[in-house]
Amino acid sequence: MKGTLNLVGYGLSAIGPAIATGMIFAAYISGVARQPEARSVLQPIAFLGFALAEALALFGLVLAFVL
Amino acid sequence: MLGLAFAKGGGFVPPSTADFNLPPAIGNNPYTTKPIFLVLLSVVLISVFFIAASRKALVVPSKFQFAGESIYGFVRNSIGEEIIGHEFMRFVPFLFTLFTFILTNNVFGIIPLLQFPAMSHVSFPYVLAGFSFVIFHWVGIKKQGLGKYLKGIAFMPGVPKAVYILLTPIEVATFFLVRPLTLSLRLFANMFAGHLLLLVFIMGGDHLIRGVIGLKIIAPFAFAFGIGMTFFEFMVQCLQAYIFTLLTALFIAGALADEH
Repeated sequence: MKGTLNLVGYGLSAIGPAIATGMIFAAYISGVARQPEARSVLQPIAFLGFALAEALALFGLVLAFVL
Repeated sequence: MLGLAFAKGGGFVPPSTADFNLPPAIGNNPYTTKPIFLVLLSVVLISVFFIAASRKALVVPSKFQFAGESIYGFVRNSIGEEIIGHEFMRFVPFLFTLFTFILTNNVFGIIPLLQFPAMSHVSFPYVLAGFSFVIFHWVGIKKQGLGKYLKGIAFMPGVPKAVYILLTPIEVATFFLVRPLTLSLRLFANMFAGHLLLLVFIMGGDHLIRGVIGLKIIAPFAFAFGIGMTFFEFMVQCLQAYIFTLLTALFIAGALADEH
């Protein structure tokens, strides 16, 4: 089986975005819980942050295949 | 592909990038591959659906009309109006086209018989990101003038002069390199990873069920996970179409704003 070490590296690099995504949605949920009417304002911000954090994980995935 | 993995005999061949390079359907013509047909099919499907849904518009909508209008309303209100502001109506056709096109092509990834997301070939997201790259810069240049727009990007107002040494390269790279690249790679990598994930579970289950009796018992779990992941994929596919459109709207809004 080839490329195993790459995948280990990818697993390590995915830790950061995983924590980041968790924190973003934790903040979003507590924000909505405190102020339900702020939902429509917070939603695009939360998804934007999620997309930015997730992009890092996906770059890692692409690199795991490319390298 | 499923048969091929087993035909070599012996060990399990994990799915790889080679599974995405489907052979041309007609002869050796490279323009007749499955993704190209899927993109054409998506254009036909979207056109037929929305023309049919909006042709006989009634005050009390039919179910069909309601479905079309709620998708349009979602893009118009929660992406266009909320993000871009009072000038949003000019951009709704573009955003709506982008959203429906990406959504349809992504969902092709889990529809039986089609089962291939066209966006898992990086060239399609590149073109889409190229469109939104050109449009948001064009909008900014038209609104503020070329010099003022570029100055606004490179020299953000309200920052001490010494910081520009650091900030200017970052800002220029963000606007001209990072934005289009992340926009396209995000969509591509999500579809690629999702399709690969489904391949792992389905091909793995296929391999297990052909194995010895002990492995046959585990195979249903692999298939069940594959089905569960299919629903997860559906969520990701909708989310990615939303995020692509949302980010495009945000870029346009940023270009329209006088100071960012």
